[in-house]
Amino acid sequence: MTAFNVNGRTVNVAGDPDKPLLWVLREDLQLTGTKFGCGMALCGACTVHVDGSPVRSCVTPVTAVEGRRITTIEGLARGGRLHPVQEAWIEQDVPQCGYCQSGQVMSAAALLAARKSPTDADIDAAMSGNICRCGTYQRIRAAIKQAATRMGKGA
Amino acid sequence: MATRHSRREFLATAAAGSFILAFRVGGVSAAAPAGTDFTPNAFIRIGRDNVVTIIVNKSEMGQGVNTALPMLIAEELEVDIRRVKVEAAPVNAAYAHPQVGIQFTGGSQSVATEWDRFRKAGAAAREMLLAAAAQAWGADRASLRAENGRVLGPAGRALTYGPVPSDPPLKDPSQFKIIGKPTRRLDSREKVTGTATFGLDASVPGMLIAVIARPPVFGATMKSVDDAGAKAVRGVKQVVAVPSGVAVVADSFWSAKKGRDALVVEWNEGPGATIDTDALETEYERLARTPGAPALRRGDADAALAGAARRVSAQYDMPYLAHAPMEPLNCLVSLGPDRCEIWTGTQFQTIDQANAARAAGLKPEQVAIHTMFLGGGFGRRAVPGSDFIVEAVHVAKAAGAPVKTIWTREDDIRGGYYRPMWHSTLSAGLDAAGKPVAWKHTIVGQSIVENTPFAGEIKNGVDGTSVEGAANLVYEVPSAAVDLHSPRSPVPVLWWRSVGHTHTGFVVESFIDELAHAAGQDPYAYRRELLAGKARHLGVLELAAQKAGWGTPLPAGRARGIAVHASFGSYCAQVGEVSIQDRAITVHRVVCAVDCGRAINPETIRAQMEGGIVFGLSAALYGQITMKLGRVQQSNFHDYPVLRLSSMPVVEVHIVPSTAPPSGIGEPGTPLMAAVLGNALFALTGQRVRSLPLVRHGFESA
Repeated sequence: MTAFNVNGRTVNVAGDPDKPLLWVLREDLQLTGTKFGCGMALCGACTVHVDGSPVRSCVTPVTAVEGRRITTIEGLARGGRLHPVQEAWIEQDVPQCGYCQSGQVMSAAALLAARKSPTDADIDAAMSGNICRCGTYQRIRAAIKQAATRMGKGA
Repeated sequence: MATRHSRREFLATAAAGSFILAFRVGGVSAAAPAGTDFTPNAFIRIGRDNVVTIIVNKSEMGQGVNTALPMLIAEELEVDIRRVKVEAAPVNAAYAHPQVGIQFTGGSQSVATEWDRFRKAGAAAREMLLAAAAQAWGADRASLRAENGRVLGPAGRALTYGPVPSDPPLKDPSQFKIIGKPTRRLDSREKVTGTATFGLDASVPGMLIAVIARPPVFGATMKSVDDAGAKAVRGVKQVVAVPSGVAVVADSFWSAKKGRDALVVEWNEGPGATIDTDALETEYERLARTPGAPALRRGDADAALAGAARRVSAQYDMPYLAHAPMEPLNCLVSLGPDRCEIWTGTQFQTIDQANAARAAGLKPEQVAIHTMFLGGGFGRRAVPGSDFIVEAVHVAKAAGAPVKTIWTREDDIRGGYYRPMWHSTLSAGLDAAGKPVAWKHTIVGQSIVENTPFAGEIKNGVDGTSVEGAANLVYEVPSAAVDLHSPRSPVPVLWWRSVGHTHTGFVVESFIDELAHAAGQDPYAYRRELLAGKARHLGVLELAAQKAGWGTPLPAGRARGIAVHASFGSYCAQVGEVSIQDRAITVHRVVCAVDCGRAINPETIRAQMEGGIVFGLSAALYGQITMKLGRVQQSNFHDYPVLRLSSMPVVEVHIVPSTAPPSGIGEPGTPLMAAVLGNALFALTGQRVRSLPLVRHGFESA
């Protein structure tokens, strides 16, 4: 049995100890917003926050998050209000197929939590682990900058 | 193939019942029998709560059909585009492509083929509402108007609608309020909150998960299987043989995958085990020295070549490519004695329904397909044999339970259905002034449509999809010949974003650049001269060159490359600014001009050009599937890399204003980038890139 917190809720999960967190979220907890893309931490579609840091859940055994605090894409909006990154994503019309965007949004939110005004180099470093096959990168960069400005003003 | 219905027929069918409409007019809600929605035709449902639902018959895979097609209806129906709901259509003849007669998404055709039908569907509903209101109020129809989801006029009560208008008047384009305006996607909110449901997210009670061991070489069959290790994995329920391999069925993906990895399978490998892509390249080159099926004959190319002042020859090679959509393939099947339900992301509903029915032993009408959001398609989810769907039906049948079959990324990269490997040998003759007088082009590569329901594309031995963009040589060359060889192989091939143009765009636009340099002329000016009279080609070429500042100085170490190519009814030109340090390539900026007729949603057009450029750039830089002893050498994104954010150029898109009918945008941005890059590299280094990807030549992405 592994106990941890997901989006503010404490959960207990039984089963295979080496089952990746990704599949525990998707299959045991029905949180399907986190996506499977490669299974090797190469594409970032499975990115969630573990104690606030971006983690590739496809290679994270569930036992490794015992007692930790997980945020998934479903838990990013607070009190019915979208996260500024989500708002910027909508305003910049970022998604195409949308499959990678949960992971992109989670990586971007973690970046902005760590750096209020990221440089282009910061964005490159934080976001290059997330592949988008539709090619939405230019809009992702613009949306991160927009969200940074918004969050800066709100602070 | 499904029976074709005319629009008139299906409108009449839809109207066969007598509807009582509760339509809110002037804020007064009218009475109507409980539960009746207003369903004027197959594409529109207006609920008693006045919510307008638009049923979209094309698969949303990122290209924006769930926004662009509702825009067409909303424009004529006079409703707020941001308040409509969008639903995926079931499989029904009413939703088939008006010319092809089946329901599918591909060929960059969605807006072009639905341009009239969707507007008329919206206009018909609007006219019915107006006529109904006029009758109810005893008012003159001309005194009423529809606006923002309401019929404006005297307050009304119950409304019935009159005869279905067969040819409702469409708006004059000058009155458009939605079409042509940059419109944000309707599906973004669900796609950034994790609530959009893709095929992988579908589930039904009692569902099991399957992962399949498929043969290591194409065309192999199972000889024997030892499943003891798999069955020992906790959660594994069954191991079943299916035509495509051995399926491990479990209560979760992780158990199914562990079980699959624990299988010991022996295969009868067959002739596929000798495939070696290096040897194949040599074989294709040899084949290109022999005459093929004639795809173009203009004048006497041999005589013109022999008589030319100068001759230029070159050979180009391109590898197999995987589509690698972000969402690995998957398909959920629930099978009963007389019913099969399928949840998946597909581009090919009518064909999948027929193939699934055959595999299930049912009639097509007993198969329901629920089209989910597609986590990328790019052609991989438009399979004439419905490989991933038929396989999932077999698994569900063998398991006797609802099963979702999930592919791993390795299964996807190694699973075939690739863009074919292509070879081109070209020779051109130039006159004393450097103008081409002869053009000979021999193409070698597998046919995509052979042995499929689309084999009608093969005419006089020429698969049109193999030579598109080459056989219709647009440059002014008086004598030209294009030949095609279509060798057969156990490697399954498929359309890949922009199909034949993926190779012809690269080859023609690289070779014309070679001729320009051989003639000692500027590549832009040379193209311009040879495109005299081709107004739409010239329009995009000149626009891209002008916006990119063609001919103006660049920072030291940078050079430009240019290309122009028409595909799917649209015209595209791109100029790239490239630099190179050691062997690391940086693409700084891409200026793209596109003429796709009337621009329905400029925002979607820009997004599709950006995406097409990234897709083309990924392939040009790194994309290759190679085989040794029949085994695919790549497996995941570490050895089948695609462009990442840090390598993304600044992309500027310029749309040519046009009143021509709308044409494709999903694919036309893709075919040019390899040539743009190769042409810029030649300008920088004097080295001509004649085979892809660039990593073959020791280049890398900065």
